[in-house]
Amino acid sequence: MSATTTPLPGIPGAWKLPYRGKVGMACLIFAESAIFTIFVVAYLFYVGKSLSGPTPREVLETPIFYTVCLLSSSLTVHFAGKLLERGRRGAFLLLWVLTIVLGALFLYGTGQEWHRLIYEHGLTISTNLFGTTYYSLVGLHAFHVTAGLIMLSIVLFFGLAGRVGPEQSARVDVLSLYWHFVDAVWVVVFTVVYVLGR
Amino acid sequence: MSSDVLAIQNAEAASRPWVETLHEWVTTVDHKRLGILYILYALVFLIIGGIEATIIRIQLMRPHNDFVSPQVFNRMFTMHGTTMIFFVAMPILFGFANYLVPLMIGARDMAFPRLNAFGFWLTALGGFLLYFSFVGGSGLYGAGSAPDVGWFAYAPLTSRAFSVGHSADYWTIALLVSGFGSISTAINIIATILCMRCPGMKLSRMPLLAWLNLVMAGMVILAVSPLTAAQIMLSIDRYLGGHFFDTQAGGSATLWMHFFWIFGHPEVYVLIIPAFAFASEIIPVFSRKPIFGYPVMVAATICIGFIGLSVWAHHMFTIGMNSYANSFFVFTTMAIAVPTGIKIFNWLGTMWGGKIQFKTPMIFCIGFLLQFLIAGLTGVMMSVAPFDWQLGNSYFVVAHFHYVIVGGILFCLFGAFYYWFPKITGRLLNETLGKLHFWLFAIGFHLTFDSMHIPGLLGMPRRIYTYEPGRGWEIWNLIETIGVFVQGIATLIFVANLVLSYFNGPKAGNDPWDAWTLEWSVSSPPPVYNFASIPTVASRRPLWDLKHPEDPDSHYE
Repeated sequence: MSATTTPLPGIPGAWKLPYRGKVGMACLIFAESAIFTIFVVAYLFYVGKSLSGPTPREVLETPIFYTVCLLSSSLTVHFAGKLLERGRRGAFLLLWVLTIVLGALFLYGTGQEWHRLIYEHGLTISTNLFGTTYYSLVGLHAFHVTAGLIMLSIVLFFGLAGRVGPEQSARVDVLSLYWHFVDAVWVVVFTVVYVLGR
Repeated sequence: MSSDVLAIQNAEAASRPWVETLHEWVTTVDHKRLGILYILYALVFLIIGGIEATIIRIQLMRPHNDFVSPQVFNRMFTMHGTTMIFFVAMPILFGFANYLVPLMIGARDMAFPRLNAFGFWLTALGGFLLYFSFVGGSGLYGAGSAPDVGWFAYAPLTSRAFSVGHSADYWTIALLVSGFGSISTAINIIATILCMRCPGMKLSRMPLLAWLNLVMAGMVILAVSPLTAAQIMLSIDRYLGGHFFDTQAGGSATLWMHFFWIFGHPEVYVLIIPAFAFASEIIPVFSRKPIFGYPVMVAATICIGFIGLSVWAHHMFTIGMNSYANSFFVFTTMAIAVPTGIKIFNWLGTMWGGKIQFKTPMIFCIGFLLQFLIAGLTGVMMSVAPFDWQLGNSYFVVAHFHYVIVGGILFCLFGAFYYWFPKITGRLLNETLGKLHFWLFAIGFHLTFDSMHIPGLLGMPRRIYTYEPGRGWEIWNLIETIGVFVQGIATLIFVANLVLSYFNGPKAGNDPWDAWTLEWSVSSPPPVYNFASIPTVASRRPLWDLKHPEDPDSHYE
C-alpha cells in the first residue's frame, strides 16, 4: 500500500510549478474581464439610444487628473513590490501609502463627478439608458477600486505592524496584479465612456 | 500502511458524539468531504427537480388535463430547469471534480481549500434562496409563488410589470450567488491542476479527467461571468429603476437573450465535458486498453472549449437576425460537431479490440455513446437555421437537449457513481441492482425522450399548459409520461443501491477495477491527507507501471 512511494524511473530533477496565488489571481482576472466585457458591450450597444436627455456630450467632463492618479498608482505599486523583494521595508511602505492615496484620490474624483451629475444635471441611474449604463459600468469599476483599496489597506496595516517582509513578496505581487487589472480596466472604461461614447 | 491509519481514525470516530461529526462536516475544508457534500446536495435537488418534472409530465399526460393550475405549471417548468442545471448538474460535476482531481494528480488537497468550502456554501445558499421563493416570493400572504419566468427568463417577462412580488428576484439572486460559487470553484480547479501536480505529472501525462476538468473550469470562468453580469443588470433594472432590458425606455429584450445564451450555450459544454471525462476514464479501464488517441482527445476538448464560446446565437435563430449572423452561427454550430465526433471515434477506438468487461459503469458509458450520438445528430439538424425556424421552441428542441443532458450527461454520471463509489465509501455497489437500474432507466429514457421528438415535429410548442385532442399528440404524450415513471422507479432502485451498498456492500479494497490512475493507489476511502508521501509518476498510467515493472508505459510514451 505504500507502493506509491516506490520511486519510478524518469524522475525529473527539478519539479517546479507556477505559484498558485498568481494562477488563481489570473483566473479571477479572466472572470472579471468577462463581467466587464458584458457591461462594456451593453454600454456601447446603448450609446445614443436614450429616449431622453441628458446625453454624454452635454454632461460628461473628461477626468484627466484622476485618470493620471490611478494609472500612476500602477507604477507605485509595482516599484513597492520590487523594493519589498529587496528587503527595503521603509521604502516599500512609503510607496504603498502613495498607491493608496492615489487610488483614494481617483475614488474621490468619481464621487465628485457623480455628485455633479446627480445634483447639477439630474442624471441618475433611472433617468435614461445613458444613466443606467454609465453608473453601472463606472460603478462596477469604482467597486473594484474600493475592494482593491481595502486589500491594500490590510497589507498596509500588517506592514505598519512589521509583519510584511521579503518572504511575503510573492503574495504582495498577487495583490499588485489585481491592482494592475483595475487600472487596465479603467483604460478601457475611459476609452469607451469618455472617448467613443460622446 | 494507509489501512492502519484508517483503523485508528475509525476507532476515534466511533467514540465521538454526532454533534462533533456534524461540526466537522460543516467546517470542513477537505476536498474529499466537500466533494461528497456537493454530490449529496445535488442528489437531494435531483429528487426535487425530478418531482417537478413528474408534475409537468402528469399535467401533459392527456389533453385538457388540469392536474395543476397554469400558474403552478409555469413555476414547475421554471424551477425544474433552473434546479436541474444550477443545483444538480453543476454541483454534482463540481463534486466529482473536487473529489477526484487532487487524488488523480497526486496532490493532498485543492490549491485553495478554504475557497473551496466558500464555493460550496455559496452554492448551497443559492439553492436555498431559490426554494425559499416558495414562501418568500410575495411575502407570507402569497406563499407558493416560485419564479415562473422560464429558466432563461426572457425580458420583458422579468420586468416589474410582469413579475410582481419577489419571485423573479429570488431567481436572480440565487443564480448570482451560486454563480460566484461556481467561479470560485473553477478558479480553484485550474490552480490545483496547474500548480499542485505531483513530480513527473507533466501536462502530457495527466489523466484525461484532469485535462477535461481544466477545460471545463476555463469555460465556467468565461461563461458564468457573463451570466453574473446579466443578473447584476437585471437586479439594477428591478431594484434601482434601470433600463437595460426595459423596451419602454429604449432598452432591448434581445440583449438579454444574447447575454443569457453567451452563458447558456457554453454551459452545455461545461456540463458535458466532465461527462466526457468520466467516459474517458471508465471506457479504457473496462476495455483493458489505454485510451486511444490521448493527444487528440485533449486537442478536441480544447477545440470544443473554444468553438463552444462562439455558438450561442443558434438559440436565437427565430428572433430574426441578419443573414451574416445566421450563417456564422450555423457554421460554428456545425463545426463543433467535428471535435465531438473525433471524441466518439476515439472512445470506439479504445473499445475496438479490447477485452471489454460489461460491468455497470461500462454499460452506462456504452449507453451514453449511443444516446449522445443521437443527441448530437438532432443538434446538427437544428443548427440549420431554416430547420430551426420551423422547429424552434417546439418539443423537438426539448427532446434534443434532454437527450444530451439525460442520455449523455446523466448516463455518464451514473457510470461515474458505480465506478468511484467503491473509492469514496470503501464498498462496491451491487451489480445486479446496477444492471436493473441501467436497463429500467434506459427503457424509461427512450420511452420518454424518443417519443418526445414526434409531437415536436407535429408542432407541439414547449411550455404549453395543455392542448386540444385530435392533433396526434395524445399517444406520444401518454408514452412520455409512462417513461417518466419507469425512470422514477429506476432512480429509486439507484438510491436504494447507494444506501444498501453503503452499509452492506462487499469491501472494495484499494483497486477493485484493476485501474491505472493514482486515486486507486490509496486506501478506500482515502486517508485525510490522501498520500502518505507524494507519489512520482513516469507515464500516463502510473499504476500500470507499478503492476507491470517488466513492461512499463514509460518505455513507450
